[in-house]
Amino acid sequence: MNGATNPSVATPTVRHAPVDTVNLDERISIRGLNFYYGDNRALKDISLPLYASKVTAFIGPSGCGKSTLLRVLNRMYDLYPNQRAEGEVTLDGADILSPKQDLNMLRARIGMVFQKPTPFPMTIYENIAFGIRLYEKLPKSELDDRVEVALKRAALWGEVKDKLGTNGLSLSGGQQQRLCIARTVAVRPEVILFDEPCSALDPISTAKIEELIDELKSEYTLVIVTHNMQQAARVSDFTAFMYLGELIEFGTTSRMFTAPNDRRTQDYITGRFG
Amino acid sequence: MAMNPTPRYAARRRKNAITLGLSLAATLFGLGWLVLILGTLLYEGFSGLSLRVFTEMTPPPGASGGLLNPIMGSLVLTGLAVLIGTPIGILAGTYMAEYGRHERLTSVVRFINDILLSAPSIVIGLFIYEVMVYPMGHFSGWAGAVALAVIVIPVVVRTTEDMLTLVPDTLREAAASIGLPRSLMIIRIAYRAAKAGMITGVLLAVARISGETAPLLFTSLNNQFWSSNLNAPVASLPVVIFQFALSPYKDWQALAWTGALIITMTVLVLSITARALSGQRKQS
Repeated sequence: MNGATNPSVATPTVRHAPVDTVNLDERISIRGLNFYYGDNRALKDISLPLYASKVTAFIGPSGCGKSTLLRVLNRMYDLYPNQRAEGEVTLDGADILSPKQDLNMLRARIGMVFQKPTPFPMTIYENIAFGIRLYEKLPKSELDDRVEVALKRAALWGEVKDKLGTNGLSLSGGQQQRLCIARTVAVRPEVILFDEPCSALDPISTAKIEELIDELKSEYTLVIVTHNMQQAARVSDFTAFMYLGELIEFGTTSRMFTAPNDRRTQDYITGRFG
Repeated sequence: MAMNPTPRYAARRRKNAITLGLSLAATLFGLGWLVLILGTLLYEGFSGLSLRVFTEMTPPPGASGGLLNPIMGSLVLTGLAVLIGTPIGILAGTYMAEYGRHERLTSVVRFINDILLSAPSIVIGLFIYEVMVYPMGHFSGWAGAVALAVIVIPVVVRTTEDMLTLVPDTLREAAASIGLPRSLMIIRIAYRAAKAGMITGVLLAVARISGETAPLLFTSLNNQFWSSNLNAPVASLPVVIFQFALSPYKDWQALAWTGALIITMTVLVLSITARALSGQRKQS
């Protein structure tokens, strides 16, 4: 099957305009990153830039290390024993991996949205206000405003404005995921990491989340891990293709999906493996 | 498909009917005893139930009286035991489920806790007798409360750890992802998610200790009269039932039945509340 491009397999089409690759602002730099689960080396010498106001997608087959890479960026792996990262990851020049790094401050700056919606067991209002109160002491009216802005930002305000006092768990899956995005946005992070945010959602909810990612792009540095290549093509500006813990190829999404340099990238994108 | 079952299928149906019949018989046998116990308790205890039971002290033989001092004693001892045991149990369970989940210390504590959970309560009574009653030189309410607390602790440790372990890691990660420190995550998120189960654990512990007699015989002993002094012997329902039921006096025996009925009903209400709470948890 290593012949010419199979015409029956469609390459996902890239939706948006070509990205300006000149005035890029490198927000996060990953250099020579290795990651270990105990003795198992899950990431091998990864080097990668993440640009401000751009969406970068991590794609690759299951187990390739894309979620692992994402979880290094906010040091989520620190919650678990026997997991460690070696190498250099900087956010605006400051070393994220440094043992001196204050994890709570780091995570306030780098938010995360998970695969399964994870509302806290409290009201819709409290789900949002909770994170804000961690860092700021605001009068009630200002807090109300912040909650409203966050919910509007996540395109959820219209659906929940009359029931802010009900439990966040009573919402539908798609609404819960948007609530989680609102919760993340409310803390005012600079970077938002999406870990397969739509894999538990129906197509309509997925479309809403993708639209949202498009809107959030102007203000944040966004990173999305996805199994869905069409989704990567639709929402991202840059794509990193990973395979067996290695970064195979990184480039603008339009180039990656039309003229990949590596055989493996092409095979994966055209659906020949993975 | 033919409507007539094949011989092999008919044999299987027969086996099924026999097994089902045996299971049903075993269930009825078990439930029968429960009904018999509750029935006897109601029959013997209900006639003695009156306002006097709750307003008068335990009488000397031949006189009339009630169970006010043992009821109050039981409430105070149980309350104190819960006040002492619950915080210790919750703290230990929290350490095991949240901070030390992968530590060796946690498996050691869990193992010891499981032993404590099934330790005969009379051993706990003897232990407290050795460390509190003997050095103090007299029986006391405090010793009784501590003995009961020792029974409460392993129950609460176990349920707290179990319920916190059931809280999904994704919720912990979500809390961490907005920069929530671990301590706040536990108090504001994990406890809230595990609340119903943890309360159920405490209620079950209360149900367990409210009928304990053995540990109290060695610690708080008994008191014929009203006592608000926890440094002195304190009456409790189980011990009074034990003493009165073994006595040759008819009116004491009647009071023992009434006391047994009160304890059983209390435990029943606690268990039903615990069931209702854990049912609520499953629905949410």
